[in-house]
Amino acid sequence: MNSNSPLPDENSGHKPNNTALKLVIAAVAMFGFGFALVPLYDIFCEITGINGKTGGPVERVEQWVDTSRTITVQFITTNNAGMPWEFEALQEEVEMHPGAWTQVEFWALNPTANDMVGQAVPSVSPSEAAEYVQKTECFCFDQQTLKAGEGRKMPLIFSLDPKLPSHVKKVTMSYTLFDAGAFAK
Amino acid sequence: MTTATASHDDHDDHGHHGPAKGIMRWVLTTNHKDIGTMYLWFAFAMLLTGGVMALIVRAELFQPGMQLIRPEFYNQMTTMHGLIMVFGAIMPAFVGLANWMVPLMIGAPDMALPRMNNWSFWILPFAFGMLLFTLFTEAGAPNFGWTFYAPLSTTYAPSSVTYFIFGVHMMGISSIMGAINIIVTILNLRAPGMTLMKMPLFVWTWFITAYLLVAVMPVLAGVVTMMLMDIHYGTAFFDAAGGGDPVLFQHVFWFFGHPEVYIMILPAFGIVSQIIPTFARKPLFGYASMVYATSSIAFLSFIVWAHHMFTVGLPLQTELFFMYATMLIAIPTGVKVFNWVSTMFRVSMTFETPMLFALAFVVLFTIGGFSGLMLAIAPADFQYHDTYFVVAHFHYVLVPGALFGIIAGVYYWLPKWTGHYYNENLGKFHFWMSFIGVNITFFPMHFVGLAGMPRRIPDYALQFADFNAIATVGAFIFGFSQLIFLFLLIKTIRGGEKATDQVWEGAEGLEWTIPSPAPYHTFAEPPHVK
Amino acid sequence: MFFRTWQLLSSVVLGLVSAPAAMADWGLNMPQGITEVSQSIYELHMLIFWICVWIGVVVFGVMFYSIFKHRKSKGAVASKFHESLGLELLWTAVPTVILIAMAVPATSVLIQMYDTTNSDVDIKVTGHQWKWQYDYLGEDVGFFSNLTTTDDEIYNRTEKGENYLEEVDYNVVVPTGQKVRFLITSNDVIHAWWVPEIAVKKDAIPGYINESWAFIPEGQEGIYRGKCAELCGVNHGFMPIVLEAVTGDEYQVWLEEQRAGKIAEAALAQGDFTFDELMVEGAEVYARSCAGCHGTEGQGLGSVFPALAGSEMALNDMAGHIDIVLNGKPGSAMQSFSAQLSDVEIAAVITFERNAWGNDTGEMVTPKMIIDAKK
Repeated sequence: MNSNSPLPDENSGHKPNNTALKLVIAAVAMFGFGFALVPLYDIFCEITGINGKTGGPVERVEQWVDTSRTITVQFITTNNAGMPWEFEALQEEVEMHPGAWTQVEFWALNPTANDMVGQAVPSVSPSEAAEYVQKTECFCFDQQTLKAGEGRKMPLIFSLDPKLPSHVKKVTMSYTLFDAGAFAK
Repeated sequence: MTTATASHDDHDDHGHHGPAKGIMRWVLTTNHKDIGTMYLWFAFAMLLTGGVMALIVRAELFQPGMQLIRPEFYNQMTTMHGLIMVFGAIMPAFVGLANWMVPLMIGAPDMALPRMNNWSFWILPFAFGMLLFTLFTEAGAPNFGWTFYAPLSTTYAPSSVTYFIFGVHMMGISSIMGAINIIVTILNLRAPGMTLMKMPLFVWTWFITAYLLVAVMPVLAGVVTMMLMDIHYGTAFFDAAGGGDPVLFQHVFWFFGHPEVYIMILPAFGIVSQIIPTFARKPLFGYASMVYATSSIAFLSFIVWAHHMFTVGLPLQTELFFMYATMLIAIPTGVKVFNWVSTMFRVSMTFETPMLFALAFVVLFTIGGFSGLMLAIAPADFQYHDTYFVVAHFHYVLVPGALFGIIAGVYYWLPKWTGHYYNENLGKFHFWMSFIGVNITFFPMHFVGLAGMPRRIPDYALQFADFNAIATVGAFIFGFSQLIFLFLLIKTIRGGEKATDQVWEGAEGLEWTIPSPAPYHTFAEPPHVK
Repeated sequence: MFFRTWQLLSSVVLGLVSAPAAMADWGLNMPQGITEVSQSIYELHMLIFWICVWIGVVVFGVMFYSIFKHRKSKGAVASKFHESLGLELLWTAVPTVILIAMAVPATSVLIQMYDTTNSDVDIKVTGHQWKWQYDYLGEDVGFFSNLTTTDDEIYNRTEKGENYLEEVDYNVVVPTGQKVRFLITSNDVIHAWWVPEIAVKKDAIPGYINESWAFIPEGQEGIYRGKCAELCGVNHGFMPIVLEAVTGDEYQVWLEEQRAGKIAEAALAQGDFTFDELMVEGAEVYARSCAGCHGTEGQGLGSVFPALAGSEMALNDMAGHIDIVLNGKPGSAMQSFSAQLSDVEIAAVITFERNAWGNDTGEMVTPKMIIDAKK
């Protein structure tokens, strides 16, 4: 930005438009950036594991089991508004060693007269534990369809990475069930 | 400081006939003075509209219990009050002042893109007409707070949300175009000899504000577009049922929202930095430092947004980062206050109305800054967040902050615009009533917030009654005092003691080298700046 | 000028002289609260407050000195100095040091607040429009908590009670001397659970579980009142929290009572009720669970909440009426009440709604009918 003679002369009459054009492009780019924040946010959460979000399915590998400590894992369920299914954890809590693979089951039943599609959304507390939760199978990975009156058990197979920080002794895994009919795949 | 050889452009030498007559003058004008005037009147009308809404809110809060309106209408009033004041009053007022003064201060004949300038203004009455119209529909106006968090503003919103989204888009386009115009004007149309570091501080602060606008208004457009898509097109940006995230909304909104509040204050910093040296008769202390401090504030404003989200459940390291960054932003802000106080030290001060408003700004904005610093302390914020302590903070920085800055600027430049001095006694009366009113209204809010009163509630527990009653009295005093201002403006436009070119004894700058009232076209020939 | 200086000086003096704790009693200050965390927060608050006061005294002091002394009317002549690198560096460095000093204790308190490990009691808190739900994990105790302040009080038809807008039907009971962890979520929109005396505030977000904790020391048994702290719709101001801290032993007894109460409720539902008994119970249930939306006279609210007085469903559609109370109406604000109210309460409130306000169907809905409808 040289500043001594900023007025455009005859030859540079297009000068203001160049700046204007650049700024318009910048504005459009920022609009795009706003949308880019959506996947960026997800990627950031996945990579760092922060915000209590657990990742997708992992390969089941046999890993070292830390028998020196026992973690209490609690399971809680919540129905979002307008989601009338029965939905509960069949085990309220389990005691497990980090590294050991464990299976627990949830029960869901659609009591209405219509077929419905549900989506369970997981959340882990404390949120720092989320990145250490490894799941090979979870009903939360996919939408679950239940016909009118149908009920079934849904498994969750998971383990806690042995690298789980030592001060964490209790992990709460929460699932909120939403009516995903509007988003049925 | 610039010194300029005066160039008197008091007649048009291109055969123009001056402004057109009648209403089409205003509809079609590309003249920065006309457009500035329209923005200012629009902003004043919005100030009074938003003010009436505030008085309805305060009247309901005068006593515990629901006396006047129902909770659902109350939520519409608080939401609309916020939207109208932020987007309809404060921002357009600053744009109006920029339109009037930036070309004059840099010695330019007009804004660089005059036709876009006309569009930028005329979008606004349509946008706000649409928004205000929703008040009269059966579904009612938006009722989810001016910060419109999802899912309250998506899944659970009234049908007026769509009009709200379109209104925000229109207003956003207006702001972006205005900001582009200002940047292009400042970069390209400065008079020879006016280097960037010789520009008046009002021009500098608007220059920086314009970049902030270009950067973040599109993000606001993005977030309301995502809302629109969630509501009407089956997407799930913010709906967990479809894999979305309500907290994502808050991140994207506040990424816009925090720079937005600096957009609303930086021009006021510039105005005050012009006024105090004039009435102190001493140059601004630390000009370069003021420029750097303003730039630092602008940069830092992009990395503090989550201090609005301290109770959302952010991870510890994230929360700490945002606490530190927010505390950091206090430093350049403090530097500016110290510079203003030093500007006033060992001077020859007089206390005309613009100076009164500017001095009140320095004190009361600083108080608002102090409560802001307290809010930055994340552990303490758990007790302040979403209480009247926050309401007190932002009203201090916005009302005796931004609004007093605007009013100070209007009093300061009014004689230049109209050719008449305003009545100084009436101006001082307006000042004192406003000053007293504003403090009686907002100071007690610190107390009820600390004592446990949340925001956005139409009714409250009995222990909050006394201070709420006091605040309501103050609100009515402050609100009705603005009618003094309205009266004064109209009176001054119509007549009064003739103003000189320089208007104020200590005034310096290109705008004081042209006649008062300013001719329709000025600086057709650029002045030379030493 | 005098007025402004006097105002400022007197508020400064007031702040300096009055004990901040006394200010809390006058409703002027944040409560110190009853936990170590709440007191640490209070101390941080007072520390930053005094730092601000002293900076203000110095800065405004210089300013007011200038306003008085450096006036043209007193013949003051303006000097010319307008920059000083030394001063700029000084007043950048000094605030930086002060802020770093502030950041250290703030960081340590925040780290403490985030440590939810090793809790003795876990309570899941779910925000609904417009009430709170509490579930004690591993204890088989859960209930809803509604505002009990009546419409008559709110709309100024009767005198307001002492705990106006701060009273509920069921308090959330916690033991002292044990670490209580709160797992906070929401059923619908974002709410926030806040009890100032224990300095716990956390957003309740649908799909997420947030956590916070409190350790109330023994000796601090008592009632502590809180509020919803995030705009959540029309009745955001009407969903308070009442936290009741009791001794560990009293807590165990309370848990037993809750469990026994549930069994007793279930047993009760098998019994017989008279029409009048159901009407009396129904009126009470209606007042706390339904009137907030459907109105004290069943009049509803425009098109937002339907009227029950004279409604088609209340007069002619008993099956539909039972279904909508049990299962709610998806896509509307009408929730399912089957988890919130017992079978007796549901039977009573439906009976009440079908007979009050001139509806007079003469019909009676029994708890057994509700149990059947659930099958």
